[in-house]
Amino acid sequence: MDLALIPNGVQRCSLKRFLPWMLLWSLVVAWGLVSAFLCFYKGLNQTNMNHYFAFGLWITFDLSLIALGAGAFFTGFLTHIIGKEDLKAIINAAVVIGFICYSAAIAMLGVDIGQPLRGWFIFWHANVHSMLTEVSFCITAYLGVLTIEYLPLIFSNRKLNEIREFSIFGDNLHRTMAVFAAAGTFLSFFHQGSLGGLFGVLFARPFAFREGFLIWPWTFFLFILSSIAAGPSFTLLCVWVAKKVTGKELVKRGVFNMLAKISGWLLTAYIILKILDTISWAYGVVPRAGLSFMDFYEGPYGIWLMIAEIGIFGIIPAIILITPRLRERNGLLIIGALMNITGIALNRFAFTIQTLTIPVMPFDVFMSYFPTWQEWGIALGAVGYGILLFSLSYRYLPLFPQEAELNPVKVLGKAVTDSGLVQRR
Amino acid sequence: MKKEEKASGTRYAMVIDLDACTGCGVCVVACASENNIPVMFDESDKTRNITWIQIYILANGKGFPETQLIYIPRPCMQCGNPPCVPVCPVTATRKDPNTGIVSQIYTRCIGCRYCMAACPYQARDFNWFDPSFPEGMDRYLSPEVSPRMRGVVEKCTFCHHRLMRAKAKAYTEGRRYLKEDEYIPACAQACPAKAITFGDPNNPAHMVSELIKGPYVFRLLERLGTEPKVYYISTKHWVRRMADNYLSGEFSTLRSQLE
Repeated sequence: MDLALIPNGVQRCSLKRFLPWMLLWSLVVAWGLVSAFLCFYKGLNQTNMNHYFAFGLWITFDLSLIALGAGAFFTGFLTHIIGKEDLKAIINAAVVIGFICYSAAIAMLGVDIGQPLRGWFIFWHANVHSMLTEVSFCITAYLGVLTIEYLPLIFSNRKLNEIREFSIFGDNLHRTMAVFAAAGTFLSFFHQGSLGGLFGVLFARPFAFREGFLIWPWTFFLFILSSIAAGPSFTLLCVWVAKKVTGKELVKRGVFNMLAKISGWLLTAYIILKILDTISWAYGVVPRAGLSFMDFYEGPYGIWLMIAEIGIFGIIPAIILITPRLRERNGLLIIGALMNITGIALNRFAFTIQTLTIPVMPFDVFMSYFPTWQEWGIALGAVGYGILLFSLSYRYLPLFPQEAELNPVKVLGKAVTDSGLVQRR
Repeated sequence: MKKEEKASGTRYAMVIDLDACTGCGVCVVACASENNIPVMFDESDKTRNITWIQIYILANGKGFPETQLIYIPRPCMQCGNPPCVPVCPVTATRKDPNTGIVSQIYTRCIGCRYCMAACPYQARDFNWFDPSFPEGMDRYLSPEVSPRMRGVVEKCTFCHHRLMRAKAKAYTEGRRYLKEDEYIPACAQACPAKAITFGDPNNPAHMVSELIKGPYVFRLLERLGTEPKVYYISTKHWVRRMADNYLSGEFSTLRSQLE
C-alpha cells in the first residue's frame, strides 16, 4: 500500500507488520500525552517533585537525551568539517537521532516549567548571567539547525522528491550543509557546556560546585567532552538496534569500528579529566565547605554511585572501545557502547538528583524521591516518540546510503539494484 | 552590585535570638497572614506547603536530663551574594541595590525552579497547587501583597510592601529617611518573645548594628560565601556548631578563640 513511498533499492516489511509496531509505541506516546495533559491541567502536583527535589526525572532525562543526541553534531563535524568520508554512511541516522533527542528534550522542558505559557520569557527577559539562558538559546537554535539538516533527508523521500521545488530546495540545502554543521558544532559546544555549567556554578551546593576557567566551571568542559564521548556510542547503539529489529545490514562494520574508536578515545580523555576533577573537588571545594568526601554519599545514593559512574561504566567501556581486539567483537562492542552511555547518564543523574538530595544545612534532612506514573509517562513517551520517528524515517527515507549495497534485493534469485517491485514513475 | 550597595548604604538585616525563641510559631502565622500565603488541603506535607519562614527544631542529641532543644526560625536569608539571583534565566528575581532585599517577580517567573536548586537554605517555595483559601479567609487577604499563581516560585521578601508603605509615609512627611521602628517585617513585629530584631546594620542608630557585633552571633552556612543577612544569636555552642559544616577540630578552634 505504501510501496510508492519506500526508497529505491531497499526492502521494507509489510504494513501489516509495521502498523502493530507503530501502534505499540503510539500507546507509549499516548501515555506520555495523557501525563502531559494532566500536568498542564492540574499542575506539577502530578509529579513527586517537591521543594527539595526541584528537579527530578525529567531534568535527568533531558540532560541525558541532550548528551546522547550529541552524536548528531559531532558526526556532522567529523563528516563535513574534518572530512571523515566513512561517516557519511551514518550521518543521516545521526541527524534523525539528534533531532529526536533535542525535540523530545525541549518538549519535556515545556511540561517541566510551572508556567509553560511563559516559556518565551527566556528570550524576552533573558538574564545573560544565567547558564540556563544560554542553554535555552542554544538548544532552540540548534533544534533549528537540526531541522535544516533533517529537511533534505525528508525531501529525498521518493514521492516528495518528485515535487520539483522540494527537490531543488533539498539539493541546495544539502550543498550548504557544511555551514550548518559548523553552526551546529558551535551551538552544541556551548549548550553542552552550559548544561554542565548549570550545576558547576551553584556555589552554595558543594556537591555540584566546581572552580574553573574564567566564567566557566570545570563541569562546562567535562559535559562537552562527555557528550561527544557518549553521542557516537548512542548513534552506534541505535543503528545496531535498528539492524537487529530489521534483520538487515545497514552500515559496514568499519563504520561501527570508527564510531567506537572515536567514542572510546574521547571517553578515555573524559574519564582521566573526570578523575582529576573529582580529586581536586574532594581536596578543594569539599573541605572549604567544611565537609568531608563521604558526606556526599549517604542513603540510597552511596559511594557505589560514583564507583559505578567512573569505574564500572567509565573505565571499563573506555578500555573496551579503545582496544581494537575487543571492539571488533560484536558483543563487546555493544556492551562497551551501552556501558558508555549508562555512565554518562549516571553522571547526569548524580548532578541532578544527588546535588539536591544532599542537605547542605547540617540540621536538614536527607530526602529521597521516586517519580510518579505521570513522570515516567512523559519520560517514556519521549522514548516512544523517538522510536516512532526513527521507524518512520527508516521506512520512508534513504537513511542508510549503504543499505542497498549491503542488502541486494533478489528477484527470482537475481540481485537487482532497484527493487523492480516498485515502478519509479 | 556591591558598589551600588555601598553607595546606597542601607542593607536591611534581621537578628534572631535563639535563646529567646520559644518556637511558638507566631512568626509563621503572622507571615502567612501578612503575605497572603495560601492554605493547602494537606498542610502536614512540609515538602510542598508554602512557608516563607520555617521553624526547624534542633536537639543536642543528649539524653535526659541534659537534653536541650532549640528552635531556628528560617526566613529567606536575603543573601548579600545570593546564589539564586544570577541563575534565574528570566530575571524574575533580583537583589535591590538600595536595600539588599532579594525580591521575586511572580508574573515573570516561569517556574523552572533553578533558583530553588541554587538555594542551600530551602528558603524558596514552589506553588505545586493552585492557591486556595478556606471559605471566608479570602476576605482577610492583604491588598498590598499579590497572591501567587500555581507554577511560580515565591519566597520571603522581608515584607517589602511594608517598606514601600513606610517610605510613602516618610515622603508625605517630608523625610528622606526611615525611623528604626517604621519598617519591621510581620514576623519581627509579632514575636511575643521579642526574639527578632530588624533594621539596618549600617545605621549605628539601629539596634541590629550593635547586636551583630556580639560574640555569640553567627549566620547559617557562612563559609559558602552567600553572605546571609539573617543573623542568629545563641550562647549554646552546640547550636552554633550546627549552623555550618565543620571538619573535625575546626569548630573547637573557633570555640577556644571565642572563649
